[in-house]
Amino acid sequence: MNTNEPKIVAFCCHYCAFAAADLAGVLRLRYPPNVHIIRLPCTGKLDALYILKAFEAGADGVMVAGCLEGSCHFISGNLRAKKRVLAVKSLLPKLGIAPERLEFFNLSSAQGDRFAQIARELTERIKNLSPNPSPQEKGALEGGRR
Amino acid sequence: MIVADQKPIEEILQMLEPYKKVLFLGCQTCVAVCMAGGEKEVGLLAAAVRLARKQQGRPIEIIEGAVKRQCDDEFNEPWAKTIEQQEAVLSLACGVGVNKLSERFDVPIVPALNTKFFGEVERQGVWAEVCAGCGNCILHLTGGICPIARCAKNLLNGPCGGVRADGTCEVAHNGPRPCAWVMIYERLGKLNQRQNIENIFAAKDWSSDRHGGPRKRVREDMLLET
Repeated sequence: MNTNEPKIVAFCCHYCAFAAADLAGVLRLRYPPNVHIIRLPCTGKLDALYILKAFEAGADGVMVAGCLEGSCHFISGNLRAKKRVLAVKSLLPKLGIAPERLEFFNLSSAQGDRFAQIARELTERIKNLSPNPSPQEKGALEGGRR
Repeated sequence: MIVADQKPIEEILQMLEPYKKVLFLGCQTCVAVCMAGGEKEVGLLAAAVRLARKQQGRPIEIIEGAVKRQCDDEFNEPWAKTIEQQEAVLSLACGVGVNKLSERFDVPIVPALNTKFFGEVERQGVWAEVCAGCGNCILHLTGGICPIARCAKNLLNGPCGGVRADGTCEVAHNGPRPCAWVMIYERLGKLNQRQNIENIFAAKDWSSDRHGGPRKRVREDMLLET
């Protein structure tokens, strides 16, 4: 994997972050192509295993983006996802992985600019870390990308 | 159900240190329900261990699996060949499963869980000890609330002086817990059995508990040998 081009997997809620990413595109906002979006029906669908599998597959960073607190389409999916992300975040250093590689964000579907900003900031942050040294299946992400 | 807790990941990694080829075998009964050692936890733990070992530059080959009840040879047998090909097995069953696999296979069986108690589901994510398996049940006299398991002092004639004004117990590790004897008193009232509280229980014979050594139950009529 190219040190300068980290791969970031973004688990995005269909109702907010995914729409925000879409809006960023419609607005022709620039954000790094390092972020690979996986759409979830709600971040409440997020399983800790998804995050670990992403790292196993060679992702250098993982972001989870759900609705603003109080705005979840399914009432509390984003709050549950946040708890799961925090649990994995506390596990990562015990596995030898920097917890900074994983982040949870809240945003609304109208925040295309915020999505682009998050994508830029996270890419920058991950670039400053060394590549994830466990790219078990380097091609896994390529294969899964449309 | 038997309630267990996953051991800290550091301890699991340390136990697995000498091995490169390991089967992670979960149990789909009690420990699956208490979210400690079912199929799901096997997947999570395997991913975590693989990641950690890769980071250390010492990759590990993990086969993931789970059986219906690890405490029963019958369910473990389909895994026999796989188990025998491993350097070790990490069992995500309760201690019974670990013992059972160890009796059957000449492969190190490593426990991934700390087995804790017999418990009920209080709410999702919370399990509470309500039966101590003492071998001599008196629940019909105590309104279905066990003082052996739920009273910190296992008192048969309670409550003691440690009950607070709000009905909680003075022993409050894991947060405040209601006094078992206050619960029993109230429950007996609802059942119109409050006279039970006047029974004085004699000193308990603990020989039916662990104090009599490891226990075994035999049902002669169910034995297959003639």
